[in-house]
Amino acid sequence: MTTELQKTGSLIKEFEAKIDQDEKIEPKDFMPEAYRKTLIRQIGQHAHSEVVGMLPEGNWITRAPTLKRKLSLLAKVQDEAGHGLYLYCAAETLGKSRMDMTQELLSGKAKYSSIFNYPTPTWADIGAIGWLVDGAAIMNQIPLCRCSYGPYARAMIRICKEESFHQRQGYEIMLTLAKGTEAQKDMAQRALNRWWWPSVMMFGPSDADSTNTEDSVRWKIKRYTNDELRQKFVDAIVPQAKKIGLTIPDRDLKWDKKRNKGTGGYAYGKIDWDEFWRVIKGDGPMNNERLAAKQRAWNEGTWVRDAAREHALKKQAALQAAE
Amino acid sequence: MRKKMTDMVFEGLLRLADDNLILGHRTSEWCGHAPTLEEDLALPNIALDLIGHAQALYILACELNPKYANEDALAFLRLEHEYKNVLLVEQENGHFGNTVLRLFYFSTFMKYFWEALKEQCCFEKLKKFSEKAVLETSYHSQYSSQWVITLGDGTEESNRKMSDAIINLEPFVGELFSEDNFTRESFQKDFFPELGLICEKWKAEVQSVFTKANLDLPNITLKKRGGRNGEHTEVFGYLLSDLQYMQRTFPNSSW
Repeated sequence: MTTELQKTGSLIKEFEAKIDQDEKIEPKDFMPEAYRKTLIRQIGQHAHSEVVGMLPEGNWITRAPTLKRKLSLLAKVQDEAGHGLYLYCAAETLGKSRMDMTQELLSGKAKYSSIFNYPTPTWADIGAIGWLVDGAAIMNQIPLCRCSYGPYARAMIRICKEESFHQRQGYEIMLTLAKGTEAQKDMAQRALNRWWWPSVMMFGPSDADSTNTEDSVRWKIKRYTNDELRQKFVDAIVPQAKKIGLTIPDRDLKWDKKRNKGTGGYAYGKIDWDEFWRVIKGDGPMNNERLAAKQRAWNEGTWVRDAAREHALKKQAALQAAE
Repeated sequence: MRKKMTDMVFEGLLRLADDNLILGHRTSEWCGHAPTLEEDLALPNIALDLIGHAQALYILACELNPKYANEDALAFLRLEHEYKNVLLVEQENGHFGNTVLRLFYFSTFMKYFWEALKEQCCFEKLKKFSEKAVLETSYHSQYSSQWVITLGDGTEESNRKMSDAIINLEPFVGELFSEDNFTRESFQKDFFPELGLICEKWKAEVQSVFTKANLDLPNITLKKRGGRNGEHTEVFGYLLSDLQYMQRTFPNSSW
């Protein structure tokens, strides 16, 4: 018993030494259970977010205003399905199957980014999602390219490249609308009003209320706190909005030279954390619809997946018989 | 190009572009709702190719007809009777098996069509375009044929669903190969290939896939037609209200 404990103790020391030296942890390396669990939860949620995120944007493919925009949007949602696939693979290297993760998503047990529980009533919402939601996602994800878990870090490098392209595309949609007719400009402003606060909330609770931050920072899964990332996001977006003549819906927004350790940054108004928790707990505008759509797709696809399994078995049996 | 020739080329480009646009539109409706994540990736990818083909063809078409300012005017601002796609592509998706069977029918037809254009077409720009299009279309045909085999051969239920899909789509298949003044003239002028030859190749390939899939090839006769003349089915109006919504609601805007 003592030797087992000693062995585990030295493995943990080895693991921590690797983390300290910025070496990557690989699937076959020893890792503490809590590290594994944190990563499975985080990568799984990230994968689910990509998959559920296809719904609000997919909502506008058939109605996109031009062929060029339609093609870009199709390419974007296709990228998202691809991101979902990489991320499920990365999570599978930690010992959890994609089927289990999918079941947890469909049963409502696993979470995905709450942002996708907001609706996309107009074309401008597609621009706002690209600009703000993908913008916030990049802030979160760029540090993850240096995350201590190798497969996740590598998946994030590719994902970040595509996300930054999506963000530019989203901003360009907003720019075009903002330069357009009064109706277009109004559509863009209304979308910004809808998406601003939910995007600011995407970084999660304030550091004081965040339960997962401390371990994740120590393990170099997370390199910045929620509030640090939120500040970076606000500082990046405010001048972009100004440049295209749109107004951030926050009267308390102002330059504060004390922010960012005295280099200056934008102070922003009070975040409605009640709304944040309400949406997380399932009471957002589209929680039921998003989950129902995924459940319906899964259930209606059962016969297809069954047939694929059966066909593969028959093919395998035929091959064996031929040998 | 003489006016009569220009009209013929314009009509041909529209037929091809509309088929691709409308099937791309239907295929894109699957986004986020497919049976597996792999299919959620593949179907938007195919829709992207189809709509990309339509875009390229509309660009060629509006160069020939000053009535249309750009490709979007052709894609979004015509009236229902001005769309020249076959009825097959505008039908609702139905279940996944119905969707892949239609894609198999259409992309196999188009694969042979592009191949023929690649060999011979008096309109050089289309001939050139077909070199790229045939590659993508062959992939669509291969992807969908794999699913037809998988689902036909899979379970009793999936075989039954595929047999239903065959019956469901059968009335619309003949129009792909139906002749009219345009097809006869365009063949004479070396613009479009002869549909009879394409039909033979198509039948042979579909038969070979159906054999592997334990499915029966129905006798293809001409039952429902009209799309090529702009006479569409009831479902088409709903499709157009989605497709044209933004351009109709916000006219003369840049996007």
